[in-house]
Amino acid sequence: MNLPASEVRSAPAAKERRIPKHLAEEWRGRTYVYLCVLIMIVTIFSIVYFIASRGLAPFISHGVSVSEMMFGLEWRPDGEPAVFGALPFLFGSFSTSLLAAVIAAPLGLCASLFMTEIMPKLGKTVLQPGIELLAGIPSVVYGFVGLSVIVPFLRDVFPGLGVGVLAGSLVLSIMILPTVTTVSTDALRSLPRGLKEGSMALGATRWQTISRIILPTLLPSLLTGVVLGIARAFGEALAVQMVIGNAPHIPHSLFESAATLTSIITLSMGNTTSGSLHNNALWSLALMLLLMTFVFVFVVRMLERRVKR
Amino acid sequence: MSHNAFYTKNLSVYYGEKQAVRKVSMEFPNREVVALIGPSGCGKSTFLRSLNRMNDLIPAARIEGEVWIGGDNICDPNTDVVRLRQRIGMVWQRANPFHKSIYENVAFGARYHGTRNRKELAALVEQCLRKTALWDEVKDRLHQSALALSGGQQQRLCIARSLAVRPSILLMDEPASALDPVSTAKIEELIAELKKDYSIVIVTHNMQQAARISDKTAFFFLGDLIEYDDTQKMFTNPTRKSTDDYISGRFG
Amino acid sequence: MRAKTIDRIATGVIVAVAVLIMAVLASLIGYLLFRGLPHISWHFLTSFPQAIKAGGGIGPQLFNSIFLLVLTMIITIPLGLGAGIYMSEYAKRGPITNFIRLVVEVLSSFPSIVVGLFGLLVIVNTFNLGYSLLSGALALTVFNLPMMVRLTEQSLRSVPQEQKEAGLALGMSRWKTITSVMLPVALPSIVTGTVLAAGRVFGEAAALLFTAGMSSPRLDFTDWNPLHPTSPLNPMRPAETLAVHIWKINSEGLAPDAGEIAAGASAVLVITILLFNLGARWFGRVLYRKLTASK
Repeated sequence: MNLPASEVRSAPAAKERRIPKHLAEEWRGRTYVYLCVLIMIVTIFSIVYFIASRGLAPFISHGVSVSEMMFGLEWRPDGEPAVFGALPFLFGSFSTSLLAAVIAAPLGLCASLFMTEIMPKLGKTVLQPGIELLAGIPSVVYGFVGLSVIVPFLRDVFPGLGVGVLAGSLVLSIMILPTVTTVSTDALRSLPRGLKEGSMALGATRWQTISRIILPTLLPSLLTGVVLGIARAFGEALAVQMVIGNAPHIPHSLFESAATLTSIITLSMGNTTSGSLHNNALWSLALMLLLMTFVFVFVVRMLERRVKR
Repeated sequence: MSHNAFYTKNLSVYYGEKQAVRKVSMEFPNREVVALIGPSGCGKSTFLRSLNRMNDLIPAARIEGEVWIGGDNICDPNTDVVRLRQRIGMVWQRANPFHKSIYENVAFGARYHGTRNRKELAALVEQCLRKTALWDEVKDRLHQSALALSGGQQQRLCIARSLAVRPSILLMDEPASALDPVSTAKIEELIAELKKDYSIVIVTHNMQQAARISDKTAFFFLGDLIEYDDTQKMFTNPTRKSTDDYISGRFG
Repeated sequence: MRAKTIDRIATGVIVAVAVLIMAVLASLIGYLLFRGLPHISWHFLTSFPQAIKAGGGIGPQLFNSIFLLVLTMIITIPLGLGAGIYMSEYAKRGPITNFIRLVVEVLSSFPSIVVGLFGLLVIVNTFNLGYSLLSGALALTVFNLPMMVRLTEQSLRSVPQEQKEAGLALGMSRWKTITSVMLPVALPSIVTGTVLAAGRVFGEAAALLFTAGMSSPRLDFTDWNPLHPTSPLNPMRPAETLAVHIWKINSEGLAPDAGEIAAGASAVLVITILLFNLGARWFGRVLYRKLTASK
């Protein structure tokens, strides 16, 4: 064995004709990772393509008008003629998720302030794992608890059956609380230390510092968290479906049974025959969900751009 | 220039718009230690890292000029950098052993480059560890993690690791600057030993170290090679005034 | 003086909210355990469900959930690792990479019901896999993949640059450096994240309603030939998971003890996910210690 290579050697390349091992290996590796990325891209395009192709069918081949679908108040797939007005579902989806955000945003903000400004130690050891645990609980479990605790409670305290927009929003607000909290906590942690200390040094109280210095800087991040939360709430299916009552009309109060895009899809998709108008109309609702996802991603990107600036 | 020479010709390195190394031409003699000195940010590390195309990892970096090693211009875009780097060992400021056992750290590269036979591999590992004076310290715990070693031992392990793939040139980027004096002395002894078999280029900010271990010294300043001569001459009678100023500690 | 009073009130409110959140969490878990635990027994965990009689169990559902999780991970992990390696090591800055980043973001924002519907349309109908474990696993892969990609990318990015340089300087190809030098360093955080993601997969239901289906054949737990239609290991059979089962008995359960079964199953689900959470952290630590051999 001649370990020391005493002269500055030239590359031993010329000897072999076939592709060197390291190039072949690199080539295989690259092909593999490109393939993985390609699969991902193909997946997303086929999701959009397939859902759009079914979801547009009612408009193209069944003569349902877009405005009827978007603004129609009545959903009677079995009627003569069948009517497909999805406004009640859009209303249900928007009202439950916005209301959930209204409940969750202040709670999440307070939780993140608690974890970063008030009691970081207790926050890190108790509240943070708690919030992470909330994020991990499956939606059907939230639905089950909503159905067996929140709904009976609302039924006893308020008029109505307990199911409805408020029940849905309450369940959703707990589900999206972790999203809001995590995003704003991350933002708070990344604030420069000097910002806070400068204000405290001038004799401002903690709350003055928080409300005048920290919150304005935090606002875009907090909004990002809220939008992410709304997006999650908007697409959540089973937990909402279990507690909202599933009546296809616009409710007059928070305690009246309602329905969302996801709940009606969950309930009816299995009971309709593929290719029928009713079935295709459900795909139109799915298409709306899909489009809203793009809207949410877009809004989050805009907000993130503002955070960076 | 002989066929086996190792030299650069008008080598420039850019980081985006900024030129970090300006048209440096240097020749590195076989089996000698060349020290690169100069104040921080003078381009000496950048220069070193372009000798094995390590600057390729920095997206904004761009190289102009030529580096000739054993008859190949390695700046040629068609160069097989993987093959190239096998011929050139590198040691960093911070010891960076693999998250593997001591044995594996040394054996890993050799096995990759074709030493498959177990006995041969074990012999090679021992040889490399002996060469870096590590064998007696670690022979009883070869299969424990390399991260449990001390900083100085880790650095010597990194040298052993690069020896195992049989390079002819060793590049060292401030190999002792993060170590205590005792470990530093060991590394310096090792370099003196290694130059019997390898051409060594070492970046250091420690003038005494350069004076102690190198045969030739190059002084870099703001990306320019100011002076390059025998170490003896550089430290006693430099030609350029700025070299003298730097070496005698008037700036840098 | 006034500013101080306001400060005190604001602090009080924030602390009160934090206490409230913890109280909600505690009562949530407490409620599930209080209602569910008394119902959990060996019999409950292993026996078949009953349609209209009391005393049914969740055995097949539990098995289905675990089996589906394993199948999903077998598909997700290699794909996610590959795409994550691309994102962290091979992607060049530019419009293509930005686009792929957008793809990952959108993919991770799709509601799970939409993923389930896609599965119904493409995997179940077009590829004709039917309501099956495999369809469910593929749908869950779509749902889980972006998480895996991000996780891999972040873990690889946090590997010190010197490790990568050391591998390359030894004359190894980039691929070899990534897989043999960098991945082992990143492994503890990848494993922790994967187990956490597995917890999410375990509780997912919406994506499975129309892919893995809402019923199981009468499984024969003595038949382990994956090709038999009633074998538990047959990946082409429909399979109702635990989470789907909870949803189903809540919306259309006929058994007189449906409430108890739902509570017991929910408790099982939450306990499992709790174990996943703790296990992920513990396993990550152990692995880290083993790989770095810091005793």
